[in-house]
Amino acid sequence: MAENIIKAENIVFSKTELLSDRVMHYCPGCGHGTTHRLLAEVIEELGIQEETIGVAPVGCSVLAYYYFNVDMTQAAHGRAPAVATGIKRVMPEKYVFTYQGDGDLAAIGTAETIHACNRGENFLIVFINNGIYGMTGGQMAPTTLPGMKSSTSPRGRDIVSMGNPLKISELVATLPGMCYVTRQSVHTPVNARKAKRALKKAFEYQKLKKGTCLVEIVSNCSSGWKMTPVQANKWMEENMFPFYPLGDIKVPE
Amino acid sequence: MKEIRLMKGNEAVAEAAIRAGADAYFGYPITPQSEVIEYLMAENPEERTGMVVLQAESEIAAINMVYGAAGCGKRAMTTSSGPGISLKMEGISYMAGAELPCLIVNVVRGGPGLGTIQPSQSDYFQAVKGGGHGDYKMIVLAPATVQESVDFVKKGFDLAFKYRTPVMILSDGIIGQMMEKVELFEQMPRIKEPPEWATIGKKQGKPPVVVTSLQLQAEEHEKVNLRLQAKYREIEKNEVMCEAIHCEDAEYLFAAFGSAARITRKAMEMAREKGIKVGLVRPISLFPFPYQVINQLAGQVKGILTVEMNAGQMVEDIRLGACGKTRVEHFGRFGGMVPSPDEILAAFEQKIIGG
Repeated sequence: MAENIIKAENIVFSKTELLSDRVMHYCPGCGHGTTHRLLAEVIEELGIQEETIGVAPVGCSVLAYYYFNVDMTQAAHGRAPAVATGIKRVMPEKYVFTYQGDGDLAAIGTAETIHACNRGENFLIVFINNGIYGMTGGQMAPTTLPGMKSSTSPRGRDIVSMGNPLKISELVATLPGMCYVTRQSVHTPVNARKAKRALKKAFEYQKLKKGTCLVEIVSNCSSGWKMTPVQANKWMEENMFPFYPLGDIKVPE
Repeated sequence: MKEIRLMKGNEAVAEAAIRAGADAYFGYPITPQSEVIEYLMAENPEERTGMVVLQAESEIAAINMVYGAAGCGKRAMTTSSGPGISLKMEGISYMAGAELPCLIVNVVRGGPGLGTIQPSQSDYFQAVKGGGHGDYKMIVLAPATVQESVDFVKKGFDLAFKYRTPVMILSDGIIGQMMEKVELFEQMPRIKEPPEWATIGKKQGKPPVVVTSLQLQAEEHEKVNLRLQAKYREIEKNEVMCEAIHCEDAEYLFAAFGSAARITRKAMEMAREKGIKVGLVRPISLFPFPYQVINQLAGQVKGILTVEMNAGQMVEDIRLGACGKTRVEHFGRFGGMVPSPDEILAAFEQKIIGG
């Protein structure tokens, strides 16, 4: 709509057509919206819209298929890597990605994640790590930091009784099936650009059938963390990044 | 060309899958059905037809791989036995909800729990009455021979795609493990033309295809359920399969499915030799269940004995079908035990004739 009232020469930004016009349900400040956009832009820039099949998880991004203008399948909780395996095995020439949160990928779907990565399935896993279960209302996730409060760790995560946070990216990076493992964030323009480059690389590796790629996005959850978006980003920098350092974890030779 | 072979039930199912033009098989080993994936791996159908075979890390992963492949409009299947089928129930419910076709074979062993590896029919309720969560039905076919196991692989895929719904072949450890003469159908081509609803990459000028079972608006979700229910009524109208043997002059009736029906048939013949006019009704489709056939026969007989390798599951559907028109009793051996024709005849004389 906006294009109609702005002269073509004055347009400085327009939304990629790979995203639908549907209003996103994500909370203000949430990293999902930015990550969706980056992923959509990458698919558009690579010109692979008609060759891409996405898999949505259970969690905040369960409705990801509302927003991406690509064919998508919604998977049962944690099963996205198995669903993606089924898709990729019968359609090996297509580009396949899963989009999963930390509860989906690193708790209930740990087995599916590790085994898909170990088989070196040629698809991309986009892993959003915000250390909490957002959709169900802020419960402890496998990635919740030690001492971090959540609705199921109201006195803070006690690692003696509740276990330690799982660094799943470092874990899968040890598997020979993995092609590319990187940890990024999208909370600043600089970081968003880096994350976009990582996503693009992952699709390029997929084309070369080099194995599984996992792009972890350390993200915020202002609603679950009970903070304003600005506070959440600050807290993320101060607490999440030291535990989940940004950068490449495994790159192909 | 048609081909006759002596084959083990599980291996015959695997060969039938290749010949039925299946695109993908995803499985996980469990007794008594592991020969299915072993046969497929040895046969290397990737070279024969291009069919994909993959050993998954779990039954859960296997059914979700089936889900992914089915969403691409492919003929995908999995096989397992009781404990593994329980794990697949989540995926089956999702596939019923997302209206995806697939074929699942349950070579039933005795339960509950880890139970036993011996044959059983104790998964009747799980297959026919739901198993997974939500209001859904799955077409369930119960073979009594290796031949039927083979034929139902082809038929199962056809029904799954006709109605876009999961289909289960409810076999058991006897049929899976025994060797019988089997006539194999000719190799069918794999279907190349993907259906409209398949996620194969967005087509230009068309909205993206989405495979999902989620609908958060109750008003809309009720509509989804109504559509599913309408489909199940259609299946009930069109797809009932049932065999009736010596029922024309029958004064009594046996009711049994799958391998129990084969043993019961012998008991029926023994009773007929003694001059007792007894017939056998064998439901082949367990959903849709042949209620009308049962109801009709119930009106002409003095009693029905349901024989099952479980503690009494199909007997509930036989009673629903009989609708009080005649007495319905159950005889079962279970926990991996298989009844003998003598035992069945004795139970019949005691519970139905003498009862």
